[in-house]
Amino acid sequence: MADPIIDLSNISVTFKQGKQVVHAVKDVTIEINKGDIYGIVGYSGAGKSTLVRTINLLQAPSEGTVTIDGTTFFKDHRQQISNKELQEKRRNIGMIFQHFNLLNETSVIENVLFALKHSKLDDDAQEKKALELLDLVGLKDKAEFYPVQLSGGEQQRVSIARALANDPEILISDEATSALDPQNTNQILDLLKDLNKKLDLTIILITHEMDAVKRVANKIAVMEYGQIIERGPLQKVFLQPQQELTRQFVGGSLAAIDTLKAFDLEHLADDQELLQLVYDAGNVTKSIIIELYKELQVEVSMLYGNVEVLAGSPVGTLFVVIKGAPDKRQQAIDFLRNNNVTVTKIDDRRIWNE
Amino acid sequence: MNNIIPNVIQLGWGGDNGWGTSILQTIYMTFWPAVFGGILGLIFGVALVVTEPGGILENRIAFSIVDKVVSVFRAIPFIILLAFIAPFTQLIVGTQIGTTAALVPLSIGVFAFYARQVQVALESVDHGKVEAAQAIGSTNWDIIVDVYLRESRSELIRVSTVTLISLVSLTAMAGAIGAGGLGNTAISYGYDRFNNDVTLVATLLVLLFVLIIQVIGDLLAKKLNHQDR
Repeated sequence: MADPIIDLSNISVTFKQGKQVVHAVKDVTIEINKGDIYGIVGYSGAGKSTLVRTINLLQAPSEGTVTIDGTTFFKDHRQQISNKELQEKRRNIGMIFQHFNLLNETSVIENVLFALKHSKLDDDAQEKKALELLDLVGLKDKAEFYPVQLSGGEQQRVSIARALANDPEILISDEATSALDPQNTNQILDLLKDLNKKLDLTIILITHEMDAVKRVANKIAVMEYGQIIERGPLQKVFLQPQQELTRQFVGGSLAAIDTLKAFDLEHLADDQELLQLVYDAGNVTKSIIIELYKELQVEVSMLYGNVEVLAGSPVGTLFVVIKGAPDKRQQAIDFLRNNNVTVTKIDDRRIWNE
Repeated sequence: MNNIIPNVIQLGWGGDNGWGTSILQTIYMTFWPAVFGGILGLIFGVALVVTEPGGILENRIAFSIVDKVVSVFRAIPFIILLAFIAPFTQLIVGTQIGTTAALVPLSIGVFAFYARQVQVALESVDHGKVEAAQAIGSTNWDIIVDVYLRESRSELIRVSTVTLISLVSLTAMAGAIGAGGLGNTAISYGYDRFNNDVTLVATLLVLLFVLIIQVIGDLLAKKLNHQDR
């Protein structure tokens, strides 16, 4: 893998509010590779927006180094490139916002043309390009409309077209779907996913909605109090959340824990064991559970089951109690693992009681 | 007619004291200060917004200077300003009295007022729009012209209307330095000579003038507004 396209190292951002010092971001290091859709989740005030605003230096960090696509933007408390260079570099980093931030006194196409103002294309080519972009987001027929005449979802599409005007390699989405209804949210997310594939666009998706991340991201970081408390590939973080906050965000598992609490699992018999099974639900070809009994005479009781779509592929989670002799149980676990099922023995049930 | 408003008729249309002359003087004293004071006020208003803390060209010292200059000129009563800057007026237009001499204090009086109005209008532009423009690599000039001025244009028309109307009332005081105009007619030929009919007609004409400005301003502001307000 080549160098990361976004390399933020040891970033801290502090604000002074009167005599109070607010540490919005505390010593965060994050690397984002080309083609990633990197979800950053956390409650509001966690420092997500402040962190990503250091990528295009809308927010200068108090500490740390910002390197984008091999160019060091910020280091040793100083901007390392001229303002003019920064303006040019920013054209390689699109950004969309929760409230769209379109220019309301100009038409849709002029909003896109505004982003092309410093492009090397001539006027005709700019106009052609703007129309292509509007076509890409499905709004070609509304080019002459004013933003207020469009729905929220449509306005966000315009802002995506504007953000993509200079063929950026990076797109920052700052709560871009938070002001939209669920249907528009999903359409915008699918559009982002589509752009990620078509244009090899690297996307940073800031949100407080886990569902948005689950739908499109391939990696995720969870932020709390200005720090990243957990990160990794989406499926890993989702299926094996380590932190309480992550578990809260990972709704499915929380529902699972609630369900499991209803069972009396403190007093399992000696020949019983509680397991979490995680599997690729798209590749289930045979009924493993039935085979377990047939082959090994291990009884399986199902306590909780769920299928979630993660980054486009269905992932199943089962909580089961298996019953049998110790050697048979071990054989059963081996058998499951051989069938590409991730098996986690849940011995420590304290997490449920927190 | 001669019986109802005899003194009005007597003043006539042309001549030094005529109605036509005063109307033209008022228009003259409104137009040029609106141009000069308007440009100056716009520049100062923009300067206030871009240099203020959190602005795109944040600069504590520049902001403080511009802010103080505007405040001082706002604070001086216009009738005193007329006298106070007389030497400066002499320097610029070569005379301290007359209609042309009044253009200098009128421009200065109106610029400070307008600068504050422009500041308020520009601050109505959502900072998110400025941030979005910065994020797509806009220059500061782009942001001033295409974001601040363009997005607030309807609001700018509205404050310009208010400023123009206040300018018309300032022209009435310019009579104090022999600038003529409808205000002067109302005072010198009306009030001072107990010719109440002259005062009444002069007042009605000023009102008509204000009304025309207001109607055009409102129409423009509405036409140029594409935002939900």
